[in-house]
Amino acid sequence: MADDANPIALNRAGLIGKPVDRLEGKLKVSGTADYAYEVMEKPGAAFGYLVGATIPRGKIAGVDISAAEAAPGVLLVWTHRNAPSQPAPGTQSQAGSQAPAQPELYDERIRFYGQTAALVVAESFEQAAAAARLVRIDYEADAGAAVVFDDMHAAARDTGGDEEAQKGDFDAAFASAPAVIDATWTTPVQNHCQMEPHASLCWWEGDQVYAFTSNQSVKRPQHALGETLGIDRNKVHLRARYIGGGFGGKNNSYADLTLSALAARELKRPVKIALTRQQMFHMTVHRPATVQRVRLAADRNGQLTGISHETISHCARADRFMERASAFTKNLYAAPNRRIGHKLALMDLPVAGAMRAPGEAVGMLALECAMDELAEQLGMDPVDLRILNEPDVDPTDGRPFSTRPLVRCLKEGAQAFGWDARIPTPRHTRDGRWWVGTGMAAAIRGNFLLPAKAQIHISAEGIVTVRQAMTDIGTGTYTILAQIAAETLGVPLEEVRIELGHSEWAPAPGSGGSFGAASAGSAAMDAGINLRSKLAALAVGDAASPLHGGDPAKAEFRDGNIVIGNQAEALGDLVRRASPQGVDAVGAVTPDPKGREYSQHTYGGHFCEVGVDAVTGEVRVRRMIGVFAAGRILNHKTARSQLTGGMIWGIGGALHEENHVDPRFGSFVAQDLAQYHVPAQADIAGLDAWFIDEVDDIANPLGIKGVGELGICGAGAAVANAVYNACGVRVRDYPITVEKVLAGLQALEG
Amino acid sequence: MQIRLTVNGEPRALEVDVRASLLDVLREGLALKGTKKGCDHGQCGACTVLVDGVRINSCLTLAVMHDGDAVTTIEGVGTPEALHPIQQAFLEQDAFQCGYCTPGQICSALGMLAEAAAGHPSHATADLLAPVELTEPEIRERMSGNLCRCSAYPQIVAAIRQAAEAA
Repeated sequence: MADDANPIALNRAGLIGKPVDRLEGKLKVSGTADYAYEVMEKPGAAFGYLVGATIPRGKIAGVDISAAEAAPGVLLVWTHRNAPSQPAPGTQSQAGSQAPAQPELYDERIRFYGQTAALVVAESFEQAAAAARLVRIDYEADAGAAVVFDDMHAAARDTGGDEEAQKGDFDAAFASAPAVIDATWTTPVQNHCQMEPHASLCWWEGDQVYAFTSNQSVKRPQHALGETLGIDRNKVHLRARYIGGGFGGKNNSYADLTLSALAARELKRPVKIALTRQQMFHMTVHRPATVQRVRLAADRNGQLTGISHETISHCARADRFMERASAFTKNLYAAPNRRIGHKLALMDLPVAGAMRAPGEAVGMLALECAMDELAEQLGMDPVDLRILNEPDVDPTDGRPFSTRPLVRCLKEGAQAFGWDARIPTPRHTRDGRWWVGTGMAAAIRGNFLLPAKAQIHISAEGIVTVRQAMTDIGTGTYTILAQIAAETLGVPLEEVRIELGHSEWAPAPGSGGSFGAASAGSAAMDAGINLRSKLAALAVGDAASPLHGGDPAKAEFRDGNIVIGNQAEALGDLVRRASPQGVDAVGAVTPDPKGREYSQHTYGGHFCEVGVDAVTGEVRVRRMIGVFAAGRILNHKTARSQLTGGMIWGIGGALHEENHVDPRFGSFVAQDLAQYHVPAQADIAGLDAWFIDEVDDIANPLGIKGVGELGICGAGAAVANAVYNACGVRVRDYPITVEKVLAGLQALEG
Repeated sequence: MQIRLTVNGEPRALEVDVRASLLDVLREGLALKGTKKGCDHGQCGACTVLVDGVRINSCLTLAVMHDGDAVTTIEGVGTPEALHPIQQAFLEQDAFQCGYCTPGQICSALGMLAEAAAGHPSHATADLLAPVELTEPEIRERMSGNLCRCSAYPQIVAAIRQAAEAA
């Protein structure tokens, strides 16, 4: 689309980029935004409580639910023996289904620790929780059902597929290079720990089910539930209006949705189920641990001649989710000889899944530290090393980049941080008992666009309403869609309503993979442009309009008016007179095949100063900045919050977050927020982030790119590199906790 | 069991299960859904309310222990039409994303500001006898019982400072 026809590029009212407050913000700060478990539209919900299995793999050998059934207030107790029959897992019987059936309690098999083994529904939460403890289930573990977690190499197998990339002769390049790095980094199991536990509330009206749930998308759980219930998915009215965090862990629906719908049908009343905080660790997904070997080969000037990044991650036995930690290495630095690969280790563990920036978030913890080690070996500045290896085109497949402002980000970040004053030799500065040092890393994250539609309506009052089966998981979707609609129609922001989270509305892909704003927003702009055409036709064809007989192609929309030449009419006046029921339009975006001819990414540079306590080994981030490029920015306030939030996730990944596997049970040791440490307020200091100016006209009609995952990419590596610069200890086994730092300090100090 | 509570200024007489947490009674018994359940174990702070002006985790206390107490929840702090200055500051500073921890953050901030005004020191307080100065480290230390997985921590500090300076 030419810029002079693109309302977002024109930005006549200046709403694009404007740091406006969140559209739904007043509801959230006053506690009046209703999340799934809190919906009051149909009172009298019964309370469900799930019971999880306690073996890694095997079967249910015996069940006794008599005590639970006899407990006060209990309405229903289900195990696989008496739960309603459901289609087999994976069933996709309806044409165009986006998700398969997800039956629960459908057979005696236990496939992972924590798998839902029983459901209790009672009149109150207390009664349901108490009765759940009375459910007696005897398990029989399979012989050999145990986890060999300590040696992922032994369990790893090749997967093939497009995650792999070979170019040139890496082995020869590595063997002949004067400077090489060959090291292995490990990252632990991480958990999403969304503040809102997964929850669903369902009721039936005749053969139609109303399902409120906490999910990152609307259509996929709707389709899954239709398949599971064996009903036409159009009879599933899925609602996801407010979602208390997702981060990839609410991409799928879980037992709370399936079982609240089934129990509501059985009991003929609303039923709601929330996972407990403890259940979330096993009944949903986690980011798997990785073992990553990175090898770099360079000439004496620092020019890379070879890059290899090989990752092993684990997955559940029946699943094939892969943490594609090496994938971004295909696109980041130039080198003629390359080897990128992934392997999977199948284990008796719960199902792994996407967690914020799957791949990059942990992969950059390896590659960006390897680059730091190479810079040190060569006596080069790490920023200069990266700039020297900046590719002109995608270094693996040769495609042009849609935009590539990585060097600008690095240079601007270095200047703002005061990088030129850095002392490269470790252990150079003491501040009391703290070793102080600095580190940096680059950031890269793939950019995507998915098909989406939007519907738009203008009322006789001039109120513009956009409706989409889309979600806002805290990313700002409500707000940026309002900005797009207001700018496109030339109306004030206050006259725009955004209604999301209804499955009946125009389909959008949901929030995940940083594709939400581009996909949903491009469709919303298209809907707005189509509405403009309808309004223009309405005006020029209406004898009562001052625009009657004008050229509709010359219509402009500004200040709440439609304008042709020197004639103007308020949109509300036009609609009230000429189409009092309002005017509707739809819009869509379909990824342009041309987009695939380009290598599309967002970029950034992280710069960090840490203190390392010389006595305790404690690491504290003292200040950190990130400078990013993500196309046109729709809202500098909400987009910046995505970045700082991501950077804090990066700090958590570097310093705090880890889960451990209990090999006896195939379970995770940390099962709550006391044992699994997510960054807290006191862990964070001196953080800032901003964007450089750019527009990506290839990426999508808005010229934007996704920002939800970019901040985490590389952030932890900057912290790790700063730890080394501060105290001389390189910890390659994340997170960088005190005992690992202390061991390193003691080794250095003898 | 019968208890009496004053909730957001209104006297309420309730029949409660002795096992019920104050949190569940607020959410399910009184339909005050603004107070959130994040962990039910006192580890996240999403359920923070003020009891007789003091912030507590309402999931860690049984409702029957509060017979006669005055409870302030987020609904009693301000409404969408009439936000409290600290709610307005959270809105302007973008001190939340998903919004689930937000009512707890705001109630906790109100309790924290009262503690600081009363001279209660924290781990970050250098001088235990001087009036508390609400520096960033002080706010961060005092707000560390309220997790925010969206990690709006810098914005939360900014919002609390904005509200504290305006007060």
